[in-house]
Order: sequence, then C-alpha cells, then structure tokens
Amino acid sequence: MCPLENTFETRELTLSMGPQHPATHGVLRLVLDLEGETVIKCTPYVGYLHRGVEKLAENRTYTSALPLTDRLDYISSMNNNVGYVNAVEKLFGIEAPERAKFIRTMVAEMGRISSHIVWLGTHVLDIGATTPFLYAFREREVIMDLFEMLCGARLTVSYPRVGGVRNDVSQEFLDKLYAFVLDFPSKMDDYETLVTENRIWKKRTVGIGVISAEEAVNWGLTGGTLRGSGVNYDVRKHAPYDAYDKVEFDVPLGKNGDCYDRYLVRMGEMRQANRIIKQCIEKIPGGPPVLSDNAPELDMSAEGFRKLTPEMSLEHAYLSFSGGYETLAPEGEVFSSTEAPKGELGFYIVSDGSGRPYRMRVRAPSFVHASAIPRLCVGHFVADVIAVIGTIDIVLGECDR
Amino acid sequence: MNILGITIAPYIINIVIILLKIAVVIAIGLLHVAYATYFERKVIGHMQVRLGPREVGPHGLLQPIADGIKLFFKEDIIPANADKPLFYLAPVIFMVSALTSLSVIPFFDGFVIADINIGLLFIFAMSSLGAYGIVMAGWASNSKYSFLGGLRSASQVISYEIAMGLSLVGVMIMAGSLNLTDIVRAQQAYPTGMFAIPQFVGFFVFILAAFAETNRLPFDLPEAESELVAGYFTEYSGFRFALFFLGEYTAMLIMSSIASICFLGGWGLPTFITANLPVFLWKALGLGMFLVKVYAFMFLYYWVRATLPRYRYDQLMAIGWKLLIPLALANIVITGLIKIWIKGML
Repeated sequence: MCPLENTFETRELTLSMGPQHPATHGVLRLVLDLEGETVIKCTPYVGYLHRGVEKLAENRTYTSALPLTDRLDYISSMNNNVGYVNAVEKLFGIEAPERAKFIRTMVAEMGRISSHIVWLGTHVLDIGATTPFLYAFREREVIMDLFEMLCGARLTVSYPRVGGVRNDVSQEFLDKLYAFVLDFPSKMDDYETLVTENRIWKKRTVGIGVISAEEAVNWGLTGGTLRGSGVNYDVRKHAPYDAYDKVEFDVPLGKNGDCYDRYLVRMGEMRQANRIIKQCIEKIPGGPPVLSDNAPELDMSAEGFRKLTPEMSLEHAYLSFSGGYETLAPEGEVFSSTEAPKGELGFYIVSDGSGRPYRMRVRAPSFVHASAIPRLCVGHFVADVIAVIGTIDIVLGECDR
Repeated sequence: MNILGITIAPYIINIVIILLKIAVVIAIGLLHVAYATYFERKVIGHMQVRLGPREVGPHGLLQPIADGIKLFFKEDIIPANADKPLFYLAPVIFMVSALTSLSVIPFFDGFVIADINIGLLFIFAMSSLGAYGIVMAGWASNSKYSFLGGLRSASQVISYEIAMGLSLVGVMIMAGSLNLTDIVRAQQAYPTGMFAIPQFVGFFVFILAAFAETNRLPFDLPEAESELVAGYFTEYSGFRFALFFLGEYTAMLIMSSIASICFLGGWGLPTFITANLPVFLWKALGLGMFLVKVYAFMFLYYWVRATLPRYRYDQLMAIGWKLLIPLALANIVITGLIKIWIKGML
C-alpha cells in the first residue's frame, strides 16, 4: 500500500467557458485551465455559429451575395456591405459616383459608431457596470432609426450596392443625422464621466491583456486592438477607399497595449467617426446619380443564359444552365480590404468569368483576434478573461462565418 | 390568567405573544424585502433611462407578488450529481440565518422580539452562519461555476466580517453596550444625534464591509454574472433560488438597519420636536425616521449598483486587508484614547 500523499493527486480545474455564457459575446467557447483563479492555459474553440457564408456566396450572383455579408458582423452590417461592394467594384472595374461615395462613407461611420457603442456597452457590462450599457443603446437606437429611414432595415441593411448605393438620401435624413452628430459628443461625455476615470474601471483594465506593438502585428491584430498598442495602421488612411481621402480625421493611438488603451482608442474613434459624418454631410456633392451606369443589375444572370419564360418551369431553367457561356464578370482575382469597426475586413474574390464568385474568402478580424485570446489571457485571473474578451471586440458571426 | 373558565399559565401566554410577534415581524420583514426588489428595479430603471416594472398592477406595484408566485410554481431542478442533502439545506441555512437576525433589530424603542444584551454580536454570528449556506450551495451543486462562487464567497465573508466587526467596535466603545436599543439611546445623548459624525471612519469602513458582506456591487464577486454565470446559485431554480434571493435582500435590509441603528441614530428625533408631540405621533414619527434611514441606505446600495463596475477578486481582498482593517483598527485606538481622555477630564 502506497503512502497517503502519493494517492492524493492534485490537478488544475478545467473550466469550459461557453458556448453559452453571459460574457463570451455569442458562442465563443474557451476552455480554461485554472490554478486557483489564475489562467494557466486557454484554448478558444470557434465554429458554433458557422453558416458557410463563403460557400453560400459561390452559389449566388455578385449582387445577391450582398445580404450574406450582413450576417458576418451583424452589429455593423453596413461596414461589411461597404467592404464587399468595394471588392466587387474592384473586380468589375466600376467607379461609384461621387455622391454615392460620400453616402457610403457616412453610413459606414454610422455603422462604426453603432458597433463601438455596442462594444462599449457590453465591455463595461462584463466588468459589472450596467448603466453605460443602457445609455449606449439609447444612442444606438437613434442610428438604427436613421438606418430604417434610409433603407427600411435596422440591422441587416444591405444598403450599398455594387457601383453605388441603393437610393439617394433625403434632406430630412441628413437633417436628422446632423442633429444627432451635434448631440453625440455630449453623450460621449456622459459615458466618459461614468467610465474613463473611474478608479475601479482603471484597476480592472490598466495592465490587463498587454500586448506589445511588435507582437500585435505578428498576431495579425488590426483595428482598434492593434492601434491600442501604438501601431499607426488604419486602412482608411493608408489605402483610402470611398471618400475617406476627402475628409479629415485623426487616428487615435494607444501606448501600452492594455485593455485601457484599447478602450481609449475606441472611444477616440467614435469621436472621429462623428467628425467624419459631420464633414460628409457638409461636403456631400449634390444631385443624382447614386448608382453607376455600368453597375451589374440586381437580377444579373448567374452563368449562361438564364431566361424564365412563362412556358419554362423553374426546374427547366436550372437545367438550361449548361448552355452557352457568356462572360459576365472579368476573370481574375481581387483582394480588397476596408476598415471595419472590428478591424481590417478583407474580401478575396476569385472570378471565373461567370456571374458568381468562384471563391469568396473573408478575412474576418474577429477570427484573427479570437486566436490572440490565449496570448492575452494566460497568467491573468478568470475575471480578466472577461475583460480581454470584451476589449478585443469580437463578433462570432464574423469569426465563424 | 383565566380565559373562558380555562386557566392558562403565564408562560404559555408569553410564548403565544412571542410567536405572534415573530409572525408579524417576519411577515412585515418579508413584505419589505419583496418591495425592496421593486424599489431597486424602479430606482435603477429610472437611473438607466427606462421605467422599471410597469405591467403588473398600477405602476407595476404587484410585480414582486407576481414574481413570488412565479418562483413558487417553477419546476425545482436538482442536478443529477448534486450532493442532495446539502443542496436542500443550503438555501434554508442562508435564509434562516438572515431572518433570525431580524429578531434582535429594534424598529423602535421596545419594538423588538428579543432585546438581548449581545444584539450586535448575535447579528455578526448570524451573518457568518449565512456564509455556510453559500459555501454549501457552491459545493453541493457540483458545478465549477458554483464552486468558484462558493470559494470566493467564503474568503470574502471571512475577510470582510473582520473589517465590519472592527468598524463597529468604535460604536460599542462610544455606547458602552452591545445592546442595539442602548446604542440608539446613547446616540440621543450626543449633540449630533448620530454616531456617523464622530465615527465617520468607522461608518466608511462599515459601508464598504456591508456591501461586501451582502455580495453587492462593486463587490458582488461570488455571483459575478459575467464571469461565473450566477456564482454559487447557478444550479438553483424555483423556490430554492427564491430563498437565496430573499435571503440576500433580507441581509441588505439588516445591514441597512444596523447602519441606521449604530450610525444614523435609529429612531432618534431631536427633543425639541418630540417634547410637544402626543406619544403615538412621536412613536409613529420615530418609526418613520428609522424606516427613512433604512431606505436611504438601501437607496445607496442601488445607486452604487447603477454606477460602478466590479472589483476583481484579488483587489477586493487587498481592499479588505490592506485598507479597511488597518483603518478600523486605527479608529478603535483613537476612539478608545479619546474616551479615556474624556473620562480623565471628568
């Protein structure tokens, strides 16, 4: 018989956090190995929200794949749409009209504010403060109402189009948006009063999840998560698309690369987004058109001849695809990236000349950021894992696609 | 005593009266607890630019009753691997220890079930006992989240019990008694009418310790919902969950009552008001005064909850051991020295 101390075995507590957990922002699952409350190993599992968006896009025409991109990062569908139409325009070689470019910039920045507001609310809620969450949703509601006024949808907008936008903005919309823009900085001050200098908030975020600039670049972090470490990289500045080269804005940068700096960066981004919207409204060139003349039709054919005449059944129409080919899109491949609220959102599209993408690949910032969670968490407490998940601002719809 | 020709021994009458008193206090206490939840939802609702409960009854006034009925009829789910006897026992211990403390709280001069000389000590004992309920719930649920919640709670209660006990020692020194009624009477002799002013350090430590003791924000780590789902009562449902919930709010009411009694002067009113009033009005005013103070303290709980984020576990411990306990000890020493010095003067 062995002595007692040999039979007494200790091991780490393995805690499966998620996929159903109040703070994992959807269906992220983290398997944590805990020594007491200290995380010694962290393994993220993704894929619980996988819907095969990239594969689905292969079976749709370039124009009808647009609503799929709404479902990537459903908090900021407008930015995904803008990213997607920019990629397709690059493939087709279409230039959107000037007014459409300004409208897109404007709505993309509205999307950024609405996304950052949700990030602020949930991040702060995870750390225990409930009130900023509800304040944040008050402002988000205004933006949602404006989206509804603009295109009828609040969340999954599908408003931009390949070669422009769906419809022109009304003067009433611009007036209401301008009123919001003038009001928003005071609302930002409200949040900052509650959170920024709060001692508890600082204790919970300063020095948590620190990542150096070099490491952040190596991990492939982008967006506010990267700029929190002090790396000046913003697609809007370095490869301007739409009307970003015609508006003035600053890129807020952090220093230490901890949760607090990332918080400050995103708060700064909201103020800058507000500034961009204001300039867009002031500088927007008048008059139609808002859709390029050579933009593909909404009901563009997928491949070959696809004509439905009354005597042909739908099934027959499908069968007739094998008929003659017609080049509907330029052959080749494009990669185009835009600055989405979560980070750099890239679309890689391979075209074989048919009306459908041969392959569409989404470079989703949330996926890259989720892979960095273990790097940011190990050595911290369980409570800090929550802060880290909040600070990298992931949306699982985009991560799992 | 002789009722309808039957002779009843006086001790039986005493027991009946005490039982009646207990029934009244528990009924009124639980009603207050139920409406404390309503009060909280309304206060926090309005702080968060929304309205709080509105649907059940006028202005949602019947919401606590609807919630109670709902919880009572909910399915009672017990995890298959739970330690069943402990799982049954834990919420009962938690609730009973909270309710027992009610028995020594004087709502007015003489309005108390058990006017014992160690009232304050008794309340400490009971609130420590409540921690057993939490630890047992965390252990018996056989869930990792509950387990972490239970462990956090055990260490938190142990640390903050000390700070809280020490913060009240200053009051004990000033009043010269552990009896809660005597503490209030002692305060009436002071020009300020309350110990909160001379004992401001003790009051500060007490407020923080009371927040931690009742697991409220910013110290609600045992049930930190974003980290541990619901902490020690993650696996509880139905009325067992309601018992934890009621227990927590009863504990809050008791902490508020202690704050009111030991620091804010309880039912005490300035004598120039009470001197010219009929007795019943004076008593009603005093009772009202006590309740106003209790609910003011409850309001503080809600206010803080709507404002602050949550501390981390190690930071909570650091505050308890490195800030509150030294402060409370210094307060005791200074209070004691001043008391001796005043005695020497007389």
